[in-house]
Amino acid sequence: MPVYSEKVMQHFMNPHNVGEIENADGVGEIGNPVCGDMMTFYIKVKDNRLEDVKYKTFGCGAAIAVSSIVSDMVKGKTLEEALTVTPAMVAKELEGLPKNKLHCSNLGAQALRKAIKNYALSHKVDMPGLTDTEEPEEDEHACET
Amino acid sequence: MRKVYMDNVAATPLWPEVREAMLPFLGEVFGNPQSLHAWGDGARDALEQAREQVAALIGGTAEEIIFTSSGTEANNMAVKGLARAKADQGKHIVISAIEHFSIMNSARTLQKEGFEVSMVPVDGFGVVSPDEVLKHVRNDTVLVSIMHANGEVGTIEPVAEIAGRLGRDGPVLHTDAVASSGNIPVDVRELGVHALSLAGNQFNGPRGGAALWVKRGVRMLPLMDGGIQEGGRRPGTEDVPAIVGLGKAAEMAATTLTARMQKLSALRHSLIDGVLGKVEHSILTGHPLQRLPGYASFCIKFIEGESILMLLNSHGIAAASGSACTSRALKASHVLLAMGVDHEAAQGSMLFTLGIDTNQEDVDYVVEKLPQVVDRLRQMSPLYSKFLKEQRG
Repeated sequence: MPVYSEKVMQHFMNPHNVGEIENADGVGEIGNPVCGDMMTFYIKVKDNRLEDVKYKTFGCGAAIAVSSIVSDMVKGKTLEEALTVTPAMVAKELEGLPKNKLHCSNLGAQALRKAIKNYALSHKVDMPGLTDTEEPEEDEHACET
Repeated sequence: MRKVYMDNVAATPLWPEVREAMLPFLGEVFGNPQSLHAWGDGARDALEQAREQVAALIGGTAEEIIFTSSGTEANNMAVKGLARAKADQGKHIVISAIEHFSIMNSARTLQKEGFEVSMVPVDGFGVVSPDEVLKHVRNDTVLVSIMHANGEVGTIEPVAEIAGRLGRDGPVLHTDAVASSGNIPVDVRELGVHALSLAGNQFNGPRGGAALWVKRGVRMLPLMDGGIQEGGRRPGTEDVPAIVGLGKAAEMAATTLTARMQKLSALRHSLIDGVLGKVEHSILTGHPLQRLPGYASFCIKFIEGESILMLLNSHGIAAASGSACTSRALKASHVLLAMGVDHEAAQGSMLFTLGIDTNQEDVDYVVEKLPQVVDRLRQMSPLYSKFLKEQRG
C-alpha cells in the first residue's frame, strides 16, 4: 500500500495556488530546513476576505500537499473562517496523513495563521484571540514527533 | 513508461541462477541439516557447499563462516559477542561515526552494560583516518569496528591500513563489509581483520542469507542460547534455502566481479558527470574515487529528498535519500551530518545505486529526468526564491 492517500498524491503531483504574491497583505513563514519542512504563505485580503492565497513550500510530499489543500480550503473565506481551520481538518481533507507526517498539517495551519496575524498587525485590524496574544514558540521538536 | 531501478542498496534482484539453486530447497530437499538420514544429508551437503562458496568470496576458510539471518544480525553478533567475550580484559570499544545503525545501536547496548564507546570522526569525504582510530584506542580497548564501505555515500575505508596500525597485539578488529562484499574485492587476510560481516541481499542473493566470518581462535559469545547449529555460536534451525542462495550469489559475485566493477564504475561516472553538469547547486557526497562502483550520491540544494523521490517515482525511477522526511524517525542521515554536510543540504540528499541490470540508457534517462524534477521543486521552494533574491542583491 502506498504511504500516502490518493488525495495527498493528487495535491502533491498538481499542487494548487503555488507561488508568491507581490505586495502581499500578509506573509507567514514557519518551519525550518533542519526539520525538513518550511512553508511561506502569502495572502491578499479584500473586504475581510482572503481574496488570494499563495505559498512556497520546502519539504516532503505531505508538506506540499498540506500547503495546497490549506490554500484551497481558505481561499475566498473570511479571515475569521480561515482561522477556524485546524490541523485535524487539514488531515481529514487530505483523507488522512501517515502518523509521522501529521506535524505537516500543523505547519500548514500555523503558517496561514501567521500570515493573517501579520496582515492584522500591519493593517491595524483588531482580531481578538490573534492580535492580542503571543504566538507560541515554534515547536523545536515538531520534526521529531 | 521506462522503469529504472537505482536503489540496489535497498534490495537487489536475484540472479536467475541463484533462484534456480534455491528452488529444490523450497521443494523436495526439505530436510534438517542436523538429521542423520538421507533427507538431512542433502540439506547438510548444500549447507556446507554454501559455506565453501562464501568463504571463497572473502578468502576465509569454511569453518570460520557463521550463517546469520541478515547483515544486522552479523553486526550485532560481532559487536556484542566479541566485546562481551573480552569484558574481563577491558570495557572500551571504538567505532566510527558513520557506522550502520546495527553497529551504532549495538554499541549503545554495550554502553548500558558498562562499556565505554569512542566514536571516530570522519573527514568531509566520509573517510575514517587510521591516525584518528589510533588516537581513540586505549589500553583497555577490546574491540574496534570500522566499516569497509559506507552504504549511504559509498566511501571505501582504509581498513587494511587501520589493521596494520593496530598491530598484532591490538584489539580485535571487526569490519562491516555488508555494502562492499560481492561488489569489490574483499579478502579477510589482506584486510587483516578478525571478523567481517556480509549479506547476500547486497549482491543479488536472497534476503535471509548473511554471514559473519570470525577468524579461527577469536572468542565470541553467542547472541542467542540454543543448540549446536553453527558450532553453538548461532543456534537455531538453519534457513537452508536462503543459505544456498547466499552461497550461489557469492559464487556468481566472485566470477563476475571484475567485469561488473568495470561496467558499474563507467556507468556511475557517467551518472555523476551528468547530474553535476545538469543540476546547478548539486554536490557529490562521499569520496570522488575511493567509492563503491555502483554508488552515485549527491546533495541537491534548496529541495527535499522525499519529494524528489516521489517525483522520480512518477517517472518510473527508483532511488533513495537520507533526508529527515524519508526516515521514519524524521532525522537527517547521521552519515552526512558526520561528514560536515549541514542539515539543510542533507535534506536534499539523493543516492542512486546501480546494479547488474543497469545500462547506459537508464543513466541517460535519469540525467534527463532529474533536472526536470529538481526544477519543478525549486520553483516552489521558499529557500530557492530567497537564494535568488539574495543573489540579485
